[in-house]
Amino acid sequence: MQRIYETEYYRRYCDKMSDERYVLNKQLAQMLKGGVIMDVTTPEQAKIAEEAGACAVMALERIPADIRAAGGVSRMSDPKMIKGIQEAVSIPVMAKCRIGHFVEAQILEAIEIDYIDESEVLSPADDVYHIDKRKFKVPFVCGAKDLGEALRRINEGASMIRTKGEPGTGDVVQAVRHMRKMNGEIAKITAMREDELFEKAKQLAVPYELAAYVHDNGRLPVVNFAAGGVATPADAALMMQLGAEGVFVGSGIFKSGNPAKRAASIVKAVTNYQDAKLIAELSEDLGEAMVGINEQEIELLMAERGK
Amino acid sequence: MKIAVLAVQGAFAEHIDKLKKLGADCIELRQISDLEQDFDGLILPGGESTVQGKLLRELHMFEPIQDRIRQGLPVLGTCAGLILLAQEISNDGNVYLGTLPVRVQRNAYGRQLGSFHCEQEFEGIGSVPMTFIRAPYIEAVTASAEILARVEDRIVAARCGNQIGIAFHPELDEDDRIHEMFLKMCG
Repeated sequence: MQRIYETEYYRRYCDKMSDERYVLNKQLAQMLKGGVIMDVTTPEQAKIAEEAGACAVMALERIPADIRAAGGVSRMSDPKMIKGIQEAVSIPVMAKCRIGHFVEAQILEAIEIDYIDESEVLSPADDVYHIDKRKFKVPFVCGAKDLGEALRRINEGASMIRTKGEPGTGDVVQAVRHMRKMNGEIAKITAMREDELFEKAKQLAVPYELAAYVHDNGRLPVVNFAAGGVATPADAALMMQLGAEGVFVGSGIFKSGNPAKRAASIVKAVTNYQDAKLIAELSEDLGEAMVGINEQEIELLMAERGK
Repeated sequence: MKIAVLAVQGAFAEHIDKLKKLGADCIELRQISDLEQDFDGLILPGGESTVQGKLLRELHMFEPIQDRIRQGLPVLGTCAGLILLAQEISNDGNVYLGTLPVRVQRNAYGRQLGSFHCEQEFEGIGSVPMTFIRAPYIEAVTASAEILARVEDRIVAARCGNQIGIAFHPELDEDDRIHEMFLKMCG
């Protein structure tokens, strides 16, 4: 069967996917796999996270639970604060910019951040367009609720995907929903006939080539982490058993009673996510978990930002 | 032949894919009970050395693995794996397994913007693709270690007896020759 592979568009697409910088950026995400990326707001927290075994930290001024509580417009963090965290730790440092705010992204690139999170946790700067991430040398991670969102972000140049979940809630239900939805859609595409992919790509609003990649490989072309509402070692292991390749933990750590211990336990639970006996030990005496809010109780659904 | 791959964090799946393609069996080392199985060689993959070093200790695999390497178990460390093997890390107070007589510098090429890909000569193999991701390099080796590759005067691969440490990621490129060479060492 003749594939669309002969077209000019596909060649350009391959050029982009094989662009050396883009490949290196996807590969950095591969190195983070099986690890936990933790939200931190100060150099001291960053050190606690690193010592607890975080494979990267996300530098931000306020953790999502506080952003949610404070309300108002939430923006990229002060570059000085981010630099302080870069100096404090030797692991990769990520930072968030607003959806569509390519100047915030340029600033983060200028201070040599290791990964930019174009994040729905901050107030969107553009309600139509995401950042053209292909124009940047630094890598981007983006949130997604389903396969269409994930592939649209990848088409824009994201080199890592995470579930959106519902940040700052301590409620894992949305991360679970998004991970199940994405993996369910991937399984369906894999089972499709090749001639059905054109229509599927149209429904997902993504290029045919990305739909064909998922069909052929049974996975996203980039690493896929879980994020949003993870608060316990059990939550983290749940996301891993559902197919996440690693976990972001935001408010769950530094909003809890004993951040260092909880962080270290979550790290070990991600490594041995199938060992219930070990996770039982890891779940003992962690002190108070973050209080959390149920999804029915919240007014602002951050996951609805940026589709 | 059976190769164990340290699977506490990082890009272990990529090594396993490569080894399976070359016909080797693989086991993942995630906790001490995994060490009860027999294996002929060990791979320490890329990832974050701070995380892997900490988990090696806390999951009680540190000493048994260190002992087996000292007793001659063939081991290949890539990127973070090289850091775990190194006897000295010039910009970090930690030493992990410390079995390979080299001094390395962590994140020696800077942050992610310093990551790069190139092709260079590798001793006994020829020109191979090399992918460096926030990579270390080897500042110095002792007389007992043999230099296997350099990029712009910097040592990026070295061997000492049963141990090979590589600053780049052979598991990420199509070329299989470094893994083939390691499998030959194992059996």
